[in-house]
Amino acid sequence: MTTVDFDPGAAATRATDAILADTLHGTERGVVVDSPPGAGKSTLVVRAALELAGAGRPLMVVAQTNAQVDDLVLRLAEKDPDLPVGRLHSSDTDAYDKALDALPGVRTSARAGDLGGLPVVLSTAAKWAHVKVDEPWRHAIVDEAYQMRSDSLLAVAGLFERALFVGDPGQLDPFSTVGGDQWAGLSYDPSASAVTTLLAHNPGLPQHRLPVSWRLPASAAPLVSAAFYPYTPFRSGTGHGERRLAFAVPSDGSGPDRVIDEAAESGWGLLELPARHTPRTDPEAVRAVAAVVRRLLDRGGAAFSERAETPAPLTADRVAVGTAHRDQAAAVRAALAELGVVGVTVDTANRLQGREYDVTVVLHPLSGRPDATAFHLETGRLCVLASRHRHACIVVCRAGVSCLLDEYPSTEPVQLGTLVKFPDGWEANHAVLAHLAEHRVPYQP
Amino acid sequence: MSLIATLARLEAVATGRAQPAATVRHRHLSDRPLVFVPLTTAGETGAPLGALVGTDRDAPRLLVVPQPRDRDQRFAFLAELADIVLPHLDSCAEAVETAERTDTDPETGKRVKVEVDLCVDAPQIVVPSRAGLDLVRLLGRSMRFRRTAEQEPETPYPAPPRVPLLGRWLTHYGERSRVPGSSLLLALTDVLSRHWATGQSMVEDQHLGALLAWIDPPEGESGAEAAARAERARDAAGQLLCPPAGPATDPAFDNKLLAPAIERYDRVRTALATAEDAPRAEDLLTALTAAEREIRDLVESRTRPTWDAVWRGLDLLRTLPEGGHVEERWTRDRWSFTAHRDRITAGEPPQPRRDDAVTAANKLAGREREQARLEAQEALDDPLVMAARRLAGEAFAGEVTEVVMAYSEGRRPSPRPLVTVRTEDRPHLGERAKVYRSLNGRAQTAEFAGYEGAPEDGVLVLRIMDKMGRGKEPEAGSVPEKGDAVCFTLFEHEQRGGAKLPDPEQTPWTHGGPPGEPVPEIPDAVTEEDVL
Repeated sequence: MTTVDFDPGAAATRATDAILADTLHGTERGVVVDSPPGAGKSTLVVRAALELAGAGRPLMVVAQTNAQVDDLVLRLAEKDPDLPVGRLHSSDTDAYDKALDALPGVRTSARAGDLGGLPVVLSTAAKWAHVKVDEPWRHAIVDEAYQMRSDSLLAVAGLFERALFVGDPGQLDPFSTVGGDQWAGLSYDPSASAVTTLLAHNPGLPQHRLPVSWRLPASAAPLVSAAFYPYTPFRSGTGHGERRLAFAVPSDGSGPDRVIDEAAESGWGLLELPARHTPRTDPEAVRAVAAVVRRLLDRGGAAFSERAETPAPLTADRVAVGTAHRDQAAAVRAALAELGVVGVTVDTANRLQGREYDVTVVLHPLSGRPDATAFHLETGRLCVLASRHRHACIVVCRAGVSCLLDEYPSTEPVQLGTLVKFPDGWEANHAVLAHLAEHRVPYQP
Repeated sequence: MSLIATLARLEAVATGRAQPAATVRHRHLSDRPLVFVPLTTAGETGAPLGALVGTDRDAPRLLVVPQPRDRDQRFAFLAELADIVLPHLDSCAEAVETAERTDTDPETGKRVKVEVDLCVDAPQIVVPSRAGLDLVRLLGRSMRFRRTAEQEPETPYPAPPRVPLLGRWLTHYGERSRVPGSSLLLALTDVLSRHWATGQSMVEDQHLGALLAWIDPPEGESGAEAAARAERARDAAGQLLCPPAGPATDPAFDNKLLAPAIERYDRVRTALATAEDAPRAEDLLTALTAAEREIRDLVESRTRPTWDAVWRGLDLLRTLPEGGHVEERWTRDRWSFTAHRDRITAGEPPQPRRDDAVTAANKLAGREREQARLEAQEALDDPLVMAARRLAGEAFAGEVTEVVMAYSEGRRPSPRPLVTVRTEDRPHLGERAKVYRSLNGRAQTAEFAGYEGAPEDGVLVLRIMDKMGRGKEPEAGSVPEKGDAVCFTLFEHEQRGGAKLPDPEQTPWTHGGPPGEPVPEIPDAVTEEDVL
């Protein structure tokens, strides 16, 4: 792969300019932007919001979780502290980040009426659904639109005339707790993603794509792009060697240390435990994850990147552990507490969406399983787990997952009229495993 | 599958008997359910072969279609079915009580209380398995757009009266059965496997015979052996001793018994149609009756064991006491029944072929709410279900070791007592997480204030937030006392209503815009295959 003719900055700017032109001056009611992991989606949302507000066109912003809304408000205030911003929140206690109270330009309220006339008002889709307006907003920005369910868009779409939809098609699809097969294939299937429904009814809308991932290092972008975005490839914003991990304390030769060195060298590491069927909270795998995290912090890591001249120390807040299930996350947290590790984020793929760390340690969703269900095979789950890192990703897994994949080809029924998503989880899992196999460190706990 | 469910299944394998997965019955069982055991013909979707149906376990009505590909006979079957099912549905339509419902006043747009009729009971239909549910939906779909001679005198091949009406009811029951926790239409295998964990897979649990064999094996036999026998044992003629609960039949039965019998019947019928003299016709008519009799006997022989098994399964379920919230959920079923009764009385058209965007979204949201409600209520009703939630870290039980009175800050301080609970459970409590306990049937909220000592010690401090009355001192009994056994959940007990979606006429541009003027759905076109 050559990066000689490719100027990532220029490519990204071209894409952003085209998006903003369509949003501000286009004639269509909607604009859709696909953004791979770490491609500057939030930056784009903030910039579009500022430009719309600057042009005297008030807008509403719809995000999916309170954390996402708060994050956008903070970024807006950082870019333009004088811009009056409304944060509409629920009437629960702790409905929003208390840090917003310190911002002079931000007004918070549980009632939309209190925020009337402000150039930008932000809230979650769930809260917007309760808002009634006489006159719809002229503009809206819908963030994380691929994680928004179609029925959720139905509840808010009456509030705006036109909208910019931004999201990552490769991450986890929205889900419902009950079956929705009876509507599969309908253009407005309520359990499908908002973008699927939007495009089914409005196929002519302009669709853009952000071409550069600023988060993923040069070692990760090609794999993530090929495995999860085969038809819409993207590049890394940095070249090989621009990001580097170094450790002050040399390896003690143990499995965790060897896999850390492998990951520091190549960006990927697979700590492979002996094959075995285990309960979800596999104690050995959980302890292995905790041991890797402990050693990562103990060895005095330093992260060299294009961001700064001097390396940044690899501290607990720059490390995250990702799992498939909540009980696995709880088990890892307990194991970390036993080793005296504090401050490391441990969460499920669903909750790690949109977050960024220097190093991630992932408990493979299929590790130790006797079967491969649709949940564990879901493309988006693996994609989220494998694309949160700026430097390196270490996967902890039992051996035998590729055999498991071969024994359980995906058996989901094909529904007439539904768009088949590529790649399927089976193929993506194989692609990632094949790559990880080159960075394998066998480990006998 | 939860850890406790896996354990129960392992235990079932070890002991050779299904293990209880519930200590109370989580579904409503009517005193007089209508049991429906249908069979279909292989090779043609939804072509009924026959059914046993009725409310009296000793006297089921046998309905048979001697030539399942004959549409006239199929309609005769459906008409007969309507004659049995509709009176059963009507039996509950008359007796009503007055209930209150909040409705939007069409003139003022305000939410007002209105008094409406609510049927005091709703008719329940039980089918043997999940495939039976699908057939009920399919029958509903195939019937509800038919037109009777009365509706459209000119159209050829009119449906017998009441058949479209039965289609609408079966459609309603089929849709209702998709709502978690509903009991209007039950698949017995689903209900049984909710209450017992067997030593076989969940797919195998869909075989009613095998499932019952695990739950109630015959004397001296293990569940595994009995289940294997139910699935595979054949008599000397190669026929299954325990015929599948349907609607599909066993191929060996189709090939060896049913196909020859239908062929004999067809032969006699063709001959009869061309018979030229009266005595010959007389003989053939006798032969036809005999051939038909033979098919009837065959159908009865395959449905009767299932019929008996369904009643046996119902008996087993009745041995469990009804759960505390079952009545409340059944009231929702009664609302659903009453609403459909009203729609039919008001002369509304049959349910459309496809839901519009708003209806689909409303249904999905409603079902998700019911699912959450069901999960919470089952746990509150049943310590065994709660144990599963406790094992999963979603609830905890323990003993109160200390209560310290405290007050909220502000101008009017309210009681916020701090309750220390010692538990052996390992709840996944985040900082300031909300937890709930049932206080006289209402949910009391507490906030997790932190651990006393290390988290592994299991001593946690909760701040009680509400349901203590308006006074400065909490009402008697509203705060747990030292020594009390308490059980808190991390999930809410009540479900909040979702946001109101736009009216279908206001469907936004993202979802295709307003649907336009409603046009009555035209009946399914008659195809060549319909008139063989």
